[in-house]
Amino acid sequence: MRRFEYHDPASLAEACALLAHHGAEASVLAGGTDLLVEIKEHLRWPRHVIDVKRIPGLAALEYDDRAGLRFGALVTAREIETSPVVLEKYPGLAQAARELGSIQVRYRATVAGNICRASPSADTLPPLIADGAAVRIHGPAGGRTIALEEFFTGPGKTVLAPGELVTEVAVPPPAPGTGKHYIKHGRRKAMELATVGVAVALTVDGGTCRDIRIALGAVAPTPIRARAAEEALRGRPLAPAAIAAAARNAMGECRPISNVRGSAEYRREMVGVLVARAIERAREAVR
Amino acid sequence: MKRLVEVTINGERHALALEPYRSLLDVLRNEVGLTGTKKGCDVGDCGACTVLLDGKPVNSCLVLGVEVGGCEIVTIEGLQRAPDRLHPLQESFMQHGAAQCGFCTPGLIMMASALLAENPQPTEDEIRFGIAGNICRCTGYTKVVTAIQAAAKGMAEGGK
Repeated sequence: MRRFEYHDPASLAEACALLAHHGAEASVLAGGTDLLVEIKEHLRWPRHVIDVKRIPGLAALEYDDRAGLRFGALVTAREIETSPVVLEKYPGLAQAARELGSIQVRYRATVAGNICRASPSADTLPPLIADGAAVRIHGPAGGRTIALEEFFTGPGKTVLAPGELVTEVAVPPPAPGTGKHYIKHGRRKAMELATVGVAVALTVDGGTCRDIRIALGAVAPTPIRARAAEEALRGRPLAPAAIAAAARNAMGECRPISNVRGSAEYRREMVGVLVARAIERAREAVR
Repeated sequence: MKRLVEVTINGERHALALEPYRSLLDVLRNEVGLTGTKKGCDVGDCGACTVLLDGKPVNSCLVLGVEVGGCEIVTIEGLQRAPDRLHPLQESFMQHGAAQCGFCTPGLIMMASALLAENPQPTEDEIRFGIAGNICRCTGYTKVVTAIQAAAKGMAEGGK
């Protein structure tokens, strides 16, 4: 592995100072399941690796009915996948975590790391965006909170400034009458990157869609909200024609590319199929 | 700059001076001489390097040696219960012919041991889900699954 200097700061302030000082030469190490691969495959050349695992206060996972779910930057995909409260209240997120890499990877990989890596196909991002998640950021100028859907600026790129660190993810509690679903579409069942990812969080009132959030992965430079698709349903009866209109709108608003996992045309078709399917499944999951 | 790392490996305390860019896998194989843990892909895809880190299965190629200070690591060499007594999974893999070339076997057995610790009587689907990160290109997994099922049964009956 290419050489680097290793730092394991014991406080947020120390970590942010190191990140600010070393700027583009520094990479944050949490689980390491992306960073170490990128170093080994010469996709990234940090001279300084800042391990944040010694920083206290970043490992908690908490839920209450008013604040919702809050989990620290060190919470792993495996903890999310096996957390009873996540399985109950955020099943889309639990499903996405369960489909990320292998169990060995998930015991190390953090959800905050999946966020900060900002891969367009990252599994946990569509359900977190559909759930209305926000990230808490700590930096030299203090703290700020930003909606997750505003966090990404391009493949691998985020709004994080030098010296800033994501410390916590906050996800609002589900409204009564909400169902959620995440579909990862890939070429095989396990150890796969998504060809298309679709997450839906649907709140119904009788047969009417009171609110809906649809998020798409791997079909644009960043994960995106499918707002035109949502508009086809919000406030309307959940009729087959309305669901079909939502699926069509989602096909129109995604911006897929062709790569080894699928062509742009195929991805767009699958967005239509999977958005309709995820809406139906979310409706079946309403509780 | 090297860092001093104190770590327990297979029940034995080690004090190691490590360069930060050495993976735990390389440390185990080259510094400690435990070559039972295999280096396959070296990027977390194949699972051949699976070890238990504080009881949890991880790819040792994706952990830095300097990250494991104060931790407890178990490798395939530390799984057997006594020098002359193999772990039931090791016995079962031999009995059921679950190894062909054998390169993936240590990783599979370590992963299976973690799986059975969490879920002593897994279904076939749970076993296949559990070993999804362990690639075997010889066996097609059928005998691996059979061996894990048989070991689970034996461990439950034997109360071992």
